[in-house]
Amino acid sequence: MKLIRDLWESLIESLVGLGSVVRFLFRVISNSPGALMRSDLIAQQVYNSGALSLVIIMLSGLFVGMVLGLQGFQLLQRFGSEEALGTAATIGLVKELGPVVTALLFAGRAGTALASELGLMRATDQLSAMEMMAVDPIRRVVVPRFLGGVIAMPLLAAIFSVIGIYGAQLVGVQIMGVDAGSFWSQMRASVSLSDINEGIVKSCIFGVACSLIAVYQGYYATPTAEGVGRATTRTVVTSAVVILFLDYLITAAFL
Amino acid sequence: MDIQRGRVTAIMGPSGTGKTTLLRLITGQVAADSGSVVVAGQELRNLRRNELYVLRRRMGMLFQNGALLTDLSVFENVAFPLREHTDLPERLIRQLVLTKLQAVGLRGAAELMPAELSGGMSRRVALARAIVMDPEILIYDEPFVGLDPISLGVILRLIRRLNDALGITSIVVSHDVQEISTVADLVFLLSGGKVVAQGTPQQLHSYPSEIVRQFMGGLADGPVPFHFPAPDYFGELLARGEGP
Repeated sequence: MKLIRDLWESLIESLVGLGSVVRFLFRVISNSPGALMRSDLIAQQVYNSGALSLVIIMLSGLFVGMVLGLQGFQLLQRFGSEEALGTAATIGLVKELGPVVTALLFAGRAGTALASELGLMRATDQLSAMEMMAVDPIRRVVVPRFLGGVIAMPLLAAIFSVIGIYGAQLVGVQIMGVDAGSFWSQMRASVSLSDINEGIVKSCIFGVACSLIAVYQGYYATPTAEGVGRATTRTVVTSAVVILFLDYLITAAFL
Repeated sequence: MDIQRGRVTAIMGPSGTGKTTLLRLITGQVAADSGSVVVAGQELRNLRRNELYVLRRRMGMLFQNGALLTDLSVFENVAFPLREHTDLPERLIRQLVLTKLQAVGLRGAAELMPAELSGGMSRRVALARAIVMDPEILIYDEPFVGLDPISLGVILRLIRRLNDALGITSIVVSHDVQEISTVADLVFLLSGGKVVAQGTPQQLHSYPSEIVRQFMGGLADGPVPFHFPAPDYFGELLARGEGP
């Protein structure tokens, strides 16, 4: 009986939390047109979330591509179709690994930075000070960070995929001896626009989800050191689960 | 409670008695469960968010820790309300900011970042920011906490000087009896969420009430007990078992 009551309470709590996130999203969206007028603030946040994540995204993209090249070569060699390595690696990267791994890395680097920054602003009364100066912190602080993340995420995913393809080419062509012409031509012939569209849609939706989770957790963080730490952890954990869940839904929708 | 225009009013009381909550009520950061809060002739309960923001432009607030925006320089912190609410040319913004920084003695620190400031300097910069829009009401939340005697003296003089020079209505929340006595025109003493005494600092020093005497005299025990409510001391010491 107690178990059912606990489950019921946790379900209600989750629904209340979800409602709160949706309300927050509406507040962010309704403030976005005004914030878009301040392009300097958004550009700064694209730099913070995007440019500062570039190194980790590029390195990860390279290694993931190299692993794909290696594994793909081993697998395709069994069927005598090593030339299809370019196609396999590109589709894997563009449709799946690019958006998903980029989003996970984005949540770990930019998402935690956003959550902890906003949480610390809450803990040190900076957000209250803005409200007292008649400046809405949602419009001035949250929306530029949210939009910065939303813009940066697809760009990072694209860079990840491109570097990954070069990583696969490096291993497949330069090391394992796949013919370079076959690698590139098969890739160009087999990868369609809809494959790329799927990757773009995924990375845009992941960008919204990751940025929203980060700014929400940071904005509503308990204003203590422990609260900020918890908000940062929740950002990573929630983002990871939501990304993988959304990934399944979008993949199914594109089939 | 009536807070008089153009005077320095202190709100004092033991910790946890509701002083900061009162400030939040005055500034509309929290809504009153009952009763009414009227600021500059406007009932806060009836104001929408936008109207509340318009009213807040007539207020300035100094937070306990300064609450400076850590990613902006001292200059940009003070310029922040001007940039957000006005379309003044850069030249005029610069002049206004430097004037306010000069008033708090920190014009030379304009290019420093908040992390490079001491606690007293942070509060002076926050004060410059609070007055940059020339507010009618200036609210100070525990402005003396953690300050060395020199910084404390500077803040005290600034509160009085700004009030007299600009004709601002100042509300100071504090529990520093000596400091408040030198600067306040009127003191409200709160206890348990209620006003238990009001008057000039001199009147409060001779107020015929136990709680006022305890607070003004800094007595450890009295109506506000030294001990947090607990079971009998010896009984608990002699009790068997694991304990709390």
